Order: sequence, then structure tokens, then C-alpha cells
Amino acid sequence: MKRKLLIDKAGVPGIASYEVYRKEGGYRAVEKALKSMAPDDVVEEVKKSGLRGRGGAGFPTGMKWSFLAKPEGVPRYLLCNADESEPGTFKDRFLMEKIPHLLIEGMIVSSYALGANTSYIYIRGEYMWILHILEKAIAEAYQAGWLGKNILGTGYNLDLYVNPGAGAYICGEETALIESLEGKRGNPRIKPPFPAVKGLWGCPTVVNNVETIAAVVPIVNDGGEEYAKIGVGRSTGTKLISACGNINKPGVYEIELGISVDEFLYSDEYCGGIKNGKQLKACVPGGSSVPILPHFLVTRTAAGEERLMTYESLADGGFQTGSMLGSGGFIVYDEDQCIVRNTWNFTRFYHHESCGQCSPCREGTGWMEKVLHRLEYGHGKMEDIELLWDIQAKIEGNTICPLGDAAAWPVASALRHFREEFEWHVKEPAQAMQRNYGRVTEKVFEAANA
Amino acid sequence: MAKVTIDGHTVEVPDGTTILNAARLVGGETVPPAMCYYSSLKGSGGKCRTCLVEVSKGSEKDPRPMPKLVASCSTPVMDGMEVKNKTSPRVLDARKGVVEFLLINHPLDCPICDQAGECHLQDLAFEHGKSATRYEFKRREFEKIDIGPYIQLHMTRCILCYRCVYTADQLTNGRVHGVMKRGDAAEISTFIEKAIDNDFSGNVIDVCPVGALTDRTFRFKSRVWYTKPMDAHRDCDKCCGKAVLWMVGNEVYRVTARKDQFGEVKEFICNTCRFDKKEASDWTIEGPRMIDRHSVISANKYFEPEPEHTPLLNKA
Repeated sequence: MKRKLLIDKAGVPGIASYEVYRKEGGYRAVEKALKSMAPDDVVEEVKKSGLRGRGGAGFPTGMKWSFLAKPEGVPRYLLCNADESEPGTFKDRFLMEKIPHLLIEGMIVSSYALGANTSYIYIRGEYMWILHILEKAIAEAYQAGWLGKNILGTGYNLDLYVNPGAGAYICGEETALIESLEGKRGNPRIKPPFPAVKGLWGCPTVVNNVETIAAVVPIVNDGGEEYAKIGVGRSTGTKLISACGNINKPGVYEIELGISVDEFLYSDEYCGGIKNGKQLKACVPGGSSVPILPHFLVTRTAAGEERLMTYESLADGGFQTGSMLGSGGFIVYDEDQCIVRNTWNFTRFYHHESCGQCSPCREGTGWMEKVLHRLEYGHGKMEDIELLWDIQAKIEGNTICPLGDAAAWPVASALRHFREEFEWHVKEPAQAMQRNYGRVTEKVFEAANA
Repeated sequence: MAKVTIDGHTVEVPDGTTILNAARLVGGETVPPAMCYYSSLKGSGGKCRTCLVEVSKGSEKDPRPMPKLVASCSTPVMDGMEVKNKTSPRVLDARKGVVEFLLINHPLDCPICDQAGECHLQDLAFEHGKSATRYEFKRREFEKIDIGPYIQLHMTRCILCYRCVYTADQLTNGRVHGVMKRGDAAEISTFIEKAIDNDFSGNVIDVCPVGALTDRTFRFKSRVWYTKPMDAHRDCDKCCGKAVLWMVGNEVYRVTARKDQFGEVKEFICNTCRFDKKEASDWTIEGPRMIDRHSVISANKYFEPEPEHTPLLNKA
């Protein structure tokens, strides 16, 4: 029996409205937490649950919460990171669109646990219609007395706001998010100090992903130990995976952590196998930033063990033969897809989204994009492949924020696993163009030069 | 107090000191280069990544090495920390990479640039860079913009260190100078080309490590190494009045603030001193000023006022 804790009610008609959500058992977690639990008890439950950040890094949430500095007389803030901009990831969108009250309920419980009286949901600007959904839901919650002054007569006050970004991937980095929320240019801050000590307006701040905050609701309802029963090892609970690419059933799935990649990819319950009966070529299991896996490493690790959908198993083998669970953006490529083109596409994205603050990322992403563009359009040289490797190595780890790493990893892994394809692009440019774009004309070659 | 060892030299510094500032106490080759950090500007640093160092021992309490290279300008020292700068091949390699990145969108035309001779990027490339570039694409280009009557901005040469932004924010009132756009399209701009009309705006020229912000009253009048720097002062009601006159014969070609051995201005000067007092009679001249030997300016045939072995400290 596979359990769904977050989106099992997503199909109920009208679940986005307060009445239906309440009738389906919503806001029980708020009642339970505020009436019968101390804030620290909630933190304790989250620790027991083993919940890990669902935004990509997978840092234990309970531990993150316990790092929050609590000086006297200084407000604390909880920020929800709804700036979901990673290519391939659209799980938070689904959750907020379908069940906005689940996020609000999670925000109330989490804010209570952290002692925050003002909380913000920072949503990406492209999700404007979801902003309206959330604002409507928040208005309903205020009206029903779940937000505002003296909630449930317990004396706890909470104001919740939604704030849209202006369309920048970098604002999903927590310190850039804070800068943007303060009304400044969305440049990541230099750490330390960490947000847990000095965040929004210089006050202690916790930033959590939408899914992480939503997961606090079932943890409070059923207890952390119950939640920890799901999953394998240190990967507990359920995870939303947004599957896309050449599969029969793309969409958002809630899985119990610990099912096998094979099952996720091929069973009819989830992705339903590769489209049009083609062969699997590669898979990016956690959003565009994580290393790409070639077909023989997707369902099995290098050691020959079955690969599971867990933080540990996907990372098995390190960056040599493994990848990461990341944000759960599961992208599948069939045999017809071009890895060079895909890598160029990703790199173009990171070039476009680099904030331009630190030199390796600002200049390196653009350089990589230009070299990859040249390779893809049949003007590459063999030295370009070594050059790419060198550029990504000089970016990785040398930047202020993880965007530099995120730009370097896809290139590194593509070169590591698909070097022949890059070489083929250099040696047989016409053939490569033929495969990717059909008939090759002079025009296409010229366009590449432009 | 914290004891920190950098490239084998141990110094004791107050808690909270950054690795870079500790290294500056040691001096010489141990000091990592810094293109964006500026000690008198709050919030500066961390951006250019040229000051990356390796921390081979975190502290006495937690001796684990730090996994990544860290920016020495923004990382505070811990007691017992061990840092490798020049002695770490990893650092030198990363730094070489950063220099290459900084140069891919920077024109390689020092012979026609007004900053040549006192350009930090030129010095940095001279010491850490490679002699050839691997970049084969079009570099970004911008039109030159005059910001008021005294300053010219040429974004093509900018390395986005943000120093001028902090200067404009912290020294002048009214925020009109900032960064627009993002990534490698980012540019320094005075919003809607509004002139910086302020008594201290000229300092953005001094803090600029490259030739992006130059003095319009001096542009192309002379190469800096043909002018003779003289320490001088005057009574000024707006600033400290301590400046450097760059002279040819008895003529004052330009006036700048005094920079220390790390190329940083400690006491900023006002626009009156900088742009209006261009007669030797306006000033009390103290004597010739020493120039850091590592700079390209002295690699030529610059006349040295004192023997070579004197410490690199300025008299300021």
C-alpha cells in the first residue's frame, strides 16, 4: 500500500476552497499544534520525522530549525521558498495550485514552531495566477480565524504575506531571496553570516521549500515517528517528483522514498515507460543542476545494486557514477535526444540566470554556452572539449552561491559520460546536424556562425 | 585574539579579522590579490574571487580543512587556523582561472587604455595570468558614457567589482549609481544617466581597479609613468586635504587621493581638491611619493626616490 501524504486529496473537487479543505480534515494540524503542543515539541516531531529539505540540498529540516538564533526582543521570520525555477521541476506549482490551504496550514504550524509572527511566501513572478490562488486562500484563512491576532484563542499571532519575485532563478537561493524580499537587487549574500543568524532585515530567518513546509502538516497530525516509518534509511517520508521528457505519463507523482528507479520509470502507476517504445538514453533525476546519468547507471548503481529513489542511492558513486535527488525534477531522454544540445540548452539557462556578482559564474557560464553552441552547430574543435572541462572545473566551488556549481555539474557529467557524442559532433558535424535538425542546409551552418 | 598561520607565517590578530587582513599584516607574497575588496567600504568583497585561499586546518577546536576554497576577504580567522595561499597549487590554479574569466570580457588593449600603469587587473594578469587567451568569441562592448563633467564611464573595461557602487552609496547622498541587468549583461549605471552631482563623486575614479571610470580632466593627457607623484596637502573644509599630485615639471596633471600599498584609499578627497586645484601653488608639496614595486608602473624606468630594499609601506 503506497501512501500519499501531500497530494492524496488533490483530486477532490473544490479542494482549493476553504470549506472543502476543512471538511476533508484540513487545519487539524494547527489545532493540534497550537492547543496541545509547545513550539519546541513541534520542532522535536520534525526532528524525529527525519524530514529533509525538499528544495534540492536535502538538509535535515529539524536541524535547520534548531540552528535558528533566538535572541530576546528580535523578531524571527519564516520564509517559504516558492521560487521554483529549476528546469524540469514543477512539483510546488502543482501543490500550490491544487491545495493552497495545505501550504498555508504548514506555514502556520511551522511559524508557530519557530516563534515567527510574520511569515512570507516568496513566489516566482511567472506564477502570477498561483499568487492569486494563494491570496484568496490566505483571505479565507484570515476570515476563518486561522491567521491574524490571537489564533484559536491561544494568544499566538501570525501574519502571512505572499510576495512575488520578478522572474529570476537566482532568487531561489535563500540569501538572494532575502535580498529580493527586502526590495533589493537579488544578489546572493556572502556567507557567513547564515540566515539562521542574520537573515531578513538582519533578523534570524529560516527559509524552507514549499514541499518541506507542506510535509510538516502530516508530521504534526500523525507524529514524526509515523512519518519516519516511510522510506529507507535517512530518506524518510514521501517526495513529490515531477516527471517529464520522453515518457508515457509525464506529471507530478508523490512517491514513498525508497521505491526503485526502475519501478518509477517503467510501472504504469508512475511514468509508464519510455514513449513510442524507444530506448532509454539518459536521465536527469533531480532537476537540471544535478549530474546526468547514462542509461546503464539509471536503474543500477556502478556496483550493480538496484538504484532507489532516495537521497543516498541516487548519490551512490559520487559524481563519478551517481547523481542527486535534488528537487525531484525527473527528466528522461530517449535514444533520439542529443546530449550536446541538451547541455547547451541547460548552460544557456544558467548563463541567462547568473546574477553577475562573482566573476567565475558571470563570465564562465557565458563562455561555456558559446563553446557548446559552437559544438552543437558543427563548428567545434577537439580542443573545445578539453576547454569545456577546464572552464567547468574553474567555476565549480569557486563561486559565492551554488549557481556556479549548478552550472558546472551538468557540463561535467555530460562530458564524463557522453564524451563520444561530443567528439562525434566535432568529427561528423553534418551527421550530427542531420540527426538533430533533419536536412542540413547552408542556412543552418550560417545561422550557427551568427 | 586568534593565532593564524598563513603560508607558514604565524600572526596574532583580533577575533573577527578576515584572512586577507591577517595576511596583509604578514605582507609580501603572502597577501592574496583583491580586486573587489576595499577596506574602507562597508560590504565590499567576496565578488571577484581572486583572493581565494585554501584553509588546510579550520581551527584549533575543529581542525578539519574547509572543503572549498574560501574568499579570504570575507572569511574571518579562527584560532589555530592554517591557510595556504602561494603554497597551494590548488589556489594558484583557481586564481589563474579567475584571471582568465576576468579577462574574457575585458579588452586586451592596455597600450591605449588610460589606466595602464596603475591598473590592478594589469598587475594581476601580469602576476597570475597566462600570456595568451583561449577566448575566441566577441567581447561585450558598450558606448562610453560621461557621468557629469569630470567622470567618464566605459563599461567595456568594467569587471563589476561593485566598489564604485559602494562608494556612491556610502560617501555620497542620494542613490543614483548602481548595477542594472544581470549576468554578463550587467552594467554599472547612473540610473537614467543622471549625473552624480556630489562633492565626493570623484572618488569612484580612485576605487575603480580598472579603466572603467576615469578622470575626464586627465584622460589621455599623459601616461601615468611619465608623471611624477608628489605628496601634497592643503587646507580643505570638506575633506582631509591630503592628496597626491601627479606632475610633469611644475605642472599638476591630476590630483588623486593617497593609496596605500594595497592600492586602497584610506582618506577620501573632495571634488574641489581633485578637479579644481590644479596649480602647484594651491598645494603644500611634501615630497616624492613611493610606488609599490610590484606594480606595472614601476616595471618600466620609473625613477625611484629611495633604495629598493625599503619596506613597501607608503609614507601616508
